[in-house]
Amino acid sequence: MPSELHKLTIAEASAKLRKREVSALELTRDCLERIAASEPKLNAFITVCEKEAVEQARQADARLAAGDAPALCGIPLGIKDIYATKGVRTTCASRILENFVPPFDATVIERLRAEGAVFVGKTNMDEFAMGSSTENSAFGPTLNPHDTERVAGGSSGGSAAAVAAHECLGALGTDTGGSIREPASFCGVVGLKPTYSRVSRYGVVAYASSLDQVGPFAKSVRDAAIILRTLAGKDPRDSTCSARAVPDYERALAGDAKGLRIGVPKEFFVEGMQPEVEKAVRAALKSYESIGASTVEISLPHTGYAIAAYYLVATAEASANLARYDGIRFGLRASAEDNIALNEITRAEGFGAEVKRRIMLGTFALSAGYYDAYYLKGQKVRTLIRNDFERAFEKCDLIVTPVAPTTAFKLGEKMNDPLTMYLSDIFTISVNLAGLPGMSIPCGYDSNHLPIGMQLIAPPFAEETILRAGDAFERTGAFKSR
Amino acid sequence: MNREAYEAVIGLEVHTHLLTRSKLFCGCSTTFGAEPNANVCPICMGMPGVLPVFNRRVAELAIRTGLAAHCTIAPYSIFDRKSYFYPDLPKGYQISQYETPICKGGYIDLPANGDSEPRRIRLTRIHIEEDAGKNIHGESASLVDFNRSGVPLIEIVSEPDLRSAEDAGAYLRQLRAILRYVDASDGKMEEGSFRCDCNVSVRKRGAKEYGVRTEIKNLNSFRFVEDAIEYEIGRQIEIVESGGKVPQETLLWDSARKETRPMRSKEYANDYRYFPEPDLPPLVIPPAMVEQVRASMPELPADRRARYVREGLTEYEAGVLTADREVADYFEGVLPGLKNRKSAANWVMTEVLRVAHDSGKALGDAVPPASEVGALLRMIEEQKISLNAAKTAFAAMVKSGKGAESTIAERGLAQVSDERAIAAACDQVLAAEPAKVAEYRAGRDKLFGFFVGAVMKAMGGKANPKVINETLRKKLAG
Amino acid sequence: MAETKITLEQVRHVALLARLRLSNDEEESLRSDMDEMLAYVDKLNELDTKDVAPTTQVGEAGMPMREDEVTNQPAADAMLANAPSRDRNYFKVPKIIE
Repeated sequence: MPSELHKLTIAEASAKLRKREVSALELTRDCLERIAASEPKLNAFITVCEKEAVEQARQADARLAAGDAPALCGIPLGIKDIYATKGVRTTCASRILENFVPPFDATVIERLRAEGAVFVGKTNMDEFAMGSSTENSAFGPTLNPHDTERVAGGSSGGSAAAVAAHECLGALGTDTGGSIREPASFCGVVGLKPTYSRVSRYGVVAYASSLDQVGPFAKSVRDAAIILRTLAGKDPRDSTCSARAVPDYERALAGDAKGLRIGVPKEFFVEGMQPEVEKAVRAALKSYESIGASTVEISLPHTGYAIAAYYLVATAEASANLARYDGIRFGLRASAEDNIALNEITRAEGFGAEVKRRIMLGTFALSAGYYDAYYLKGQKVRTLIRNDFERAFEKCDLIVTPVAPTTAFKLGEKMNDPLTMYLSDIFTISVNLAGLPGMSIPCGYDSNHLPIGMQLIAPPFAEETILRAGDAFERTGAFKSR
Repeated sequence: MNREAYEAVIGLEVHTHLLTRSKLFCGCSTTFGAEPNANVCPICMGMPGVLPVFNRRVAELAIRTGLAAHCTIAPYSIFDRKSYFYPDLPKGYQISQYETPICKGGYIDLPANGDSEPRRIRLTRIHIEEDAGKNIHGESASLVDFNRSGVPLIEIVSEPDLRSAEDAGAYLRQLRAILRYVDASDGKMEEGSFRCDCNVSVRKRGAKEYGVRTEIKNLNSFRFVEDAIEYEIGRQIEIVESGGKVPQETLLWDSARKETRPMRSKEYANDYRYFPEPDLPPLVIPPAMVEQVRASMPELPADRRARYVREGLTEYEAGVLTADREVADYFEGVLPGLKNRKSAANWVMTEVLRVAHDSGKALGDAVPPASEVGALLRMIEEQKISLNAAKTAFAAMVKSGKGAESTIAERGLAQVSDERAIAAACDQVLAAEPAKVAEYRAGRDKLFGFFVGAVMKAMGGKANPKVINETLRKKLAG
Repeated sequence: MAETKITLEQVRHVALLARLRLSNDEEESLRSDMDEMLAYVDKLNELDTKDVAPTTQVGEAGMPMREDEVTNQPAADAMLANAPSRDRNYFKVPKIIE
């Protein structure tokens, strides 16, 4: 009988592993088989780490046998190829890092290793996290498990699809403008972006340093809480990482939505949205009301300016973060007679079109004579957006919105005009600019059976509120995502 | 060329390594001279995903320098990214400070020197930044070593208050002395830990506006700085006098040809696109930290100079002894137990510094330990040896590395002060020269020296001259 | 007709600053993309931000400092392992002309 171990949640698998009903090796092997079967269709992984995963699973079994069983011990996870994994190539889905093997682990990777987690592979993404569809990968797009003619979303499309297709039980992504939440919504899984500075960025290849954040994909809110609990917390190697104590996020789930004040921003229900998306989110709000939450209309007046501000600030930071790819110490190197040509040709050959576009825009936004009008202006509007949220949270504990204006679009549909692609970030981007935590949780399907996600946004460091509310929604059974 | 009609306006930017064990943003060693790429890690190599973490000691040393130069210490400053591409710059940007340096204002006083007046040279700012790696140029390729990448630097910028190459030299020497005094830097230009860029322009004397400024980069010896500035002033005056315009350029000093020439590479025609470093929160320096640094600071050169004068030395002596912290420390190491401060000062200024200078080595390696010289001088004071014997002993000690007492003993340099022995020798000499004794008693005073010399010879050169003198006088007086 | 936000000349200058060698087609296509984006971000000028402070960081204030200790061991081979061009323990690049 074919095994269904890959369909377990982390909580379920962990319980079985601890009771020794199933071994870590069996679980990992099952996921690897699932990967082998699914990958030709999905392309969710850039590198499958079969040997390493089996070895990690064996070590996990030894620990489990000795009674040492942290929650993630023996759990197969997918790792977005933006995380430095020692000894395993880390490409960021770019030709320029195609053969780069880091000599160090990212902090969160170290933490997961210490718990005994198993890394089944490095997942596909938009190159250097720049994109909303994983179509900007040098290794081909990742397809949506619900409909392989459609995108999985991006930039963490590989991780989202891998979890949705049960290739692994959970995965790591990163989110700079929506890159965890949007693919989570498109693939029908839970995707959490914590508060900026909640999780260490050391070893996470930088796109936009003041916006990037590490976060999990999972099949349930409980699973997301379990992963976050391991990832979060102070790291002396990241000067921007918060020293705040890390609550036991799983414990936060013991609660309900009674008395929860939910803010509904009017600017987030706009023309051009797919009607079914709006319908699903509004239905979810009704569910919340039925379990004791209340809703209140709020306003985030500067929402419409968020994309403009983001594409100035993020691209400016990115233009500097990507300057290190010069063909000298690692990565691709073109042949050239002088150093300027070496840099120019290496980068021309190594970077894809979207990366070049953002580097150019970012460089321009910082350049002499334009800094004030562009980069500085963007950072000032960012303050206004942050203030919007601060004011809104005086009236509510949680803000609920759609995640994306549509469900997963077709491959190639938005590739003609960059701006069209950028506009699909409209609901997620302001959350990064404000540094707030946000989670996407499935709340319905459209008529094409494509998943619809709703976004839960909370004040800084209020992940517990988000997790409790998300879990409460799951428990209503109003929508079954599996 | 009518040089007198023109005034040179010079400002200096000095970059110096701070004396920390580890780098500015990572835990790699800063030791000079290591094997290539031995002192590197993913952070100072700019690998993907790395982040900077600030070294507390860098702030302390920058603050010390700022206090020594009378700057205002900024309670709040941020770091910025300065973007440009160069093989030795791993991230493609340098983390520096642009609009908010850690120290602002300040000044360095140049002491009076010969005919020149004491001068106050104002500073604009001091800021913290990381150094880049090093390129070594071969025949057909260049090689890059990142050991130096990430080493902490402070950049000290002066106002354009300097007016000549000599000014510049004096300013650099004073600045270096201050840095060495507060242990912020070792100021070793040859090792690249103290580099100077010069901004030079000329204008007609009395003019209010500044002329066009050229920048001479990467000078790594005081000599080159003075020569380059001298040359550049001349070059600019010639251009201006003949009706031309000085092109605004970045120049290098060609020490072989003794001329400045423009830098060829395009790298320096750059738009640095400064923006605040998102990976580092602001550097906050509470007043308590400034006070803590102030309390832990070694005595500054000017204060030490003043103290020496109070303790009895002349301005000149104090100036020579405090010009270098090592020399002043050495002098104070010689002093304990000595009554005569002046002669100790004199000994250090003449014997010790001469040997050190001639040897070309650092003071610590060139001369005996201060305590041994102190012991030697104590023996002179106690009249156990003569001054000449001490000089002989000192030369021997420099060569052998042995101590004062053992050297004196081994070479039998001890002075004899035994009055009876000297009296016996005097009797011997006087008895041997009755004619001369008579001539002396008749009024030929000059013969006294002859008798002294003879007694000294009879005693093998080791008698205490004072005792000889006294004894002879008594005996010759009859 | 809307004003052009960026010229080909400027695109070439930015490409030099960013060390990207662009084909003629790429230059034109980037010019057009940047033009569109810059026209789009123009809407920020609808907002009066004269008295608004910029946000450069959204984390918590105050820079953590580390002690001045050497914590790294030499590991030249590991650090050079990804070098595209290596000469003994150096990274090799085309000859730098100053």
